Amino acid sequence: MSRLLNVSAAPHAHSNETTKKLMYGVVIALVPALLTSIYFFGYGALIVTSVSVASCLLFEFLIQKFLLKKPLSINDGSALVTGLLLAMNVPSNLPIFIIVIGALFSIGIAKMSFGGLGNNPFNPALAGRVFLLISFPAQMTTWPQPLGFATKYVDALTGETPLGAMQRGALDALPSTNDLLLGHIGGSMGEVGAIALLVGFAYMLIRKIISWHIPVSIIGTIAIFTGILWKIDPSQYADPLFHILSGGVLLGAIFMATDYVTSPMNHKAMIIYGIGIGLLTVVIRIWGAYPEGVSFAILIMNAFVPLMNRYIKIKPFGEEVKNG
Amino acid sequence: MKSFPAGGVHPPQNKLTAGHGIEKLPIPSSVVIPVSQHIGAPAEIIVQKGDIVKTGQLIAQSKGFVSTNIHSSVSGKISKIDTVIDPQGFKQPAVYIDVEGDEWLPSINRDTGIDSNVVLTADEIINRCQEAGLVGMGGASFPIHVKLKIPEGKKCDVLLINGAECEPYLTNDHRMMLEYGEEIIIGVSIMMKALKVDKAMIGIESNKPDAIEHLKKISSRFLGITVHALKVKYPQGAEKQLIKSLINREVPLGRLPIDVNTVVQNISTAYAVYEAVQKNKPLFERVVTVTGKSVKNPGNYMVRIGTSIQNLIDAAGGLPEDTGKIVVGGPMMGKALKNLSAPVVKGTSGIVLFQEIESNRVEESPCIRCGKCVSACALKLEPYLMARLVEKGLYERAEEEGVANCCECASCHYICPAGRPLLDYLRLGKQTVLRMARERAAKKQAI
Ligand code: SF4
Ligand code: SF4
Repeated sequence: MSRLLNVSAAPHAHSNETTKKLMYGVVIALVPALLTSIYFFGYGALIVTSVSVASCLLFEFLIQKFLLKKPLSINDGSALVTGLLLAMNVPSNLPIFIIVIGALFSIGIAKMSFGGLGNNPFNPALAGRVFLLISFPAQMTTWPQPLGFATKYVDALTGETPLGAMQRGALDALPSTNDLLLGHIGGSMGEVGAIALLVGFAYMLIRKIISWHIPVSIIGTIAIFTGILWKIDPSQYADPLFHILSGGVLLGAIFMATDYVTSPMNHKAMIIYGIGIGLLTVVIRIWGAYPEGVSFAILIMNAFVPLMNRYIKIKPFGEEVKNG
Repeated sequence: MKSFPAGGVHPPQNKLTAGHGIEKLPIPSSVVIPVSQHIGAPAEIIVQKGDIVKTGQLIAQSKGFVSTNIHSSVSGKISKIDTVIDPQGFKQPAVYIDVEGDEWLPSINRDTGIDSNVVLTADEIINRCQEAGLVGMGGASFPIHVKLKIPEGKKCDVLLINGAECEPYLTNDHRMMLEYGEEIIIGVSIMMKALKVDKAMIGIESNKPDAIEHLKKISSRFLGITVHALKVKYPQGAEKQLIKSLINREVPLGRLPIDVNTVVQNISTAYAVYEAVQKNKPLFERVVTVTGKSVKNPGNYMVRIGTSIQNLIDAAGGLPEDTGKIVVGGPMMGKALKNLSAPVVKGTSGIVLFQEIESNRVEESPCIRCGKCVSACALKLEPYLMARLVEKGLYERAEEEGVANCCECASCHYICPAGRPLLDYLRLGKQTVLRMARERAAKKQAI
């Protein structure tokens, strides 16, 4: 017998799960939200999404090929996910050049300069969003009205977001829960359409792409914290349901905070991380300068992840004998 | 249904041979019997070239307490004493025997009638197991008599029997339970007598309902033996997980089952105990599953120890054209075979022939810190971190993270979407850290 046999070490089986499959799983989970935002914001949503995705892929390609000279990995899906998430985090009438700058920041600074996928401390899409928010505050905070394909990309009718209304104290101007659930509100593309986001969440849970720990602890914390405030003074504070359904909490909790690279590794740390994001979100929203607190809250907690990974440990099996 | 709480994975089961009854493999024309088929000191060869031996005759004597006897599995003439590469890839001394007929030692009771009357005392049982060269047949090959002898100051209150067979593909224990249920249960009661316990629990994964049913029926006639269905989840049959699942005790880090007052034995071991004690038969044959998606006649074969793996594969219809890897043991913890002439040893539970396309590892990409390996580890370790520390040579840090406690179950490696070779690093880390610990201990003693 002169056949060459493979003699690699155990295990001789693999789950068949790959980074690529997981990333494309996230993309699939984003489809309902994407469709909702196209439904409400028309061509603008399409343009913003395509530009964002295309420029993220392009920058990743260029940097890998010419700067890092590393093997190309743009088809692993991670740049695609960043592109989609960046698009979901901006208004659908954002000028093209701003989107491109955001993509450059997301991929070039927030991801590649740290060594690419797996090494970036901050969620690239969120870093891009916050960079744009600081650099282009005016464009980043005018939100087109959700008029479907009647929403123009340029010179769209704009209005305030529900959270903006809340922050200037106009609680009676807030949209109904129904509108919030379906997405019939002003906001960034992915902030609208709670149901679509929840469908994506369910899909990711079933496919075991993410676990429930981070989203549930974020949403739970926000519900409890705002619930207490609301109980104390309903005329001054909005109710918890409003807080959860508006301003990117769901998008952040389900898609941004769960980013593998920038979130903690074990379930215990995940829950603490989620609670931290929830608390910070409410504090920023109610007492801070920006109505959307989620992005900042996630980025701040991102910074603590290395520490959490180092010091928040689960108790190993057999560490403490409890026999029963 | 009983199970362990944290971690675990669900590899496809591929129990292709579950419905294949045990077949006796014809005795080959020659066998090669290595002297070290167990954990502990190798046995010392007591025969010479040219000697005539009978089936069941002692050919290598155990050296020390943690060691076992080795018996001839055939009758015939010793053709040479030489070395052989065993299925684990280690070179070791071995006895080569040319087969002539099949003449058993007269002391072995070849009557297949069931004998449930245990006359031996506890000490006699342990001695008999030692003489008969019994080792754990689930894979680790730890000498049975050592496990049955409770060390001074320890106690055992329940015997656990591992019928989980959580490795994909393997069905040898499953078939044993179906075809030798009575013998197995008597074997369990013999071990209970040796351990002086009045309780034994048999754990079987729920994908073997027929075996659960069968053993339940038989064990109802025996006092203190119960059968329990376990959730199908790898590594359900790992010693620590099985103990957690069945009696909810956690073996402390770095300790043994006896530290939580229990002893774990495997199904096929219980059968071997029955044969040794009731029939005075040494361990010289066992059931091996030969399987794989392209194998023509996959099956469960009763083979004599020392039969070459080539022989077994021939019996199963020969090596399929598309074979890319041959694994001894199961796909999760088994070892890729380098050489088909390696002999079947006491711990050989299965031969899995993987197709070329199944044989290659998935391509490696950077760790995306998804945490899936952490969630998969039944020992609640952090594989990604330990592997990275080992990769960087930071062994002290890896030791702090508990790399020495890794049981090498491979769940983390199996689940990793980035195809990181986690287990390779973990093994290296574990070995290095254990060596460092030994060196520290030696240094301390020197002072
Ligand atoms: S499963 Fe693999 S990719 Fe995920 S954290 Fe563990 S080592 Fe990294
Ligand atoms: S191989 Fe080790 S680290 Fe990996 S899952 Fe098993 S016990 Fe945990």
